Amino acid sequence: MMQLYSKKSPEFREQPRKETIQFLVNFSQSLKVIKTKSDHFIELNLN
Amino acid sequence: MIRDTLTPDSKLVSNYINGNEHSLEILIKRHQQRLFSFIYSKVKNKDITEDIFQDTFIKVIRTLKKGNYNEEGKFLPWVVRISHNLVIDHFRKSNRMPKFRNTDEFDIFSVLGDDVLNAEKKMIKEQIHEDVRELINELPEEQKQVLIMRMYNDMSFNEISENTGVSINTALGRMRYALINLRKLIEKNKIILVN
Repeated sequence: MMQLYSKKSPEFREQPRKETIQFLVNFSQSLKVIKTKSDHFIELNLN
Repeated sequence: MIRDTLTPDSKLVSNYINGNEHSLEILIKRHQQRLFSFIYSKVKNKDITEDIFQDTFIKVIRTLKKGNYNEEGKFLPWVVRISHNLVIDHFRKSNRMPKFRNTDEFDIFSVLGDDVLNAEKKMIKEQIHEDVRELINELPEEQKQVLIMRMYNDMSFNEISENTGVSINTALGRMRYALINLRKLIEKNKIILVN
């Protein structure tokens, strides 16, 4: 019979990989948003 | 590193918008577990959860840097809403909804999984849906009710319990028996649910 309700997976308490967090931090640091005169946004990824 | 648990989210957001990049890191680490768990509870796959988590915060970062965020003291609900929409996008793209689990007896995705259905397959799919609906109608009312709420309305057992006025354990039990009885009905009616 199909097991419907297994024990709560330990992955529920897991967190994202550290690399993911670091990527987001780096992405944010390198992202510059410029608003043009015509109210458009330009995203620049500067390393 | 000392965890910052004192500065409210709204202040961190404001600091981040004003150029304090470290504030973003605090926000992410403060809410990462809850958000990750939320996404995982929907998609049930760790790699996909990582992707959606990352995409969520990319959207957050872009929106904040564009100055498009209106602070109303609801940073986390806003982020969760973004992730929820990305989860929906994920299921639309993959053309699957997490309503039925595969068992040894039948794999409903063997029928529903095809993006491009020719006319014949479409008819078979519709017939199977109809068969499933008829089988569900034959269940005892209480079991039918729980199954429909869970599978078609995507309600949590907590919500089902509140709606039906029974305990969560009772709702769980009714769901279990609904599936047991559904299988018996499939056997009894000799219905084939695979293509």
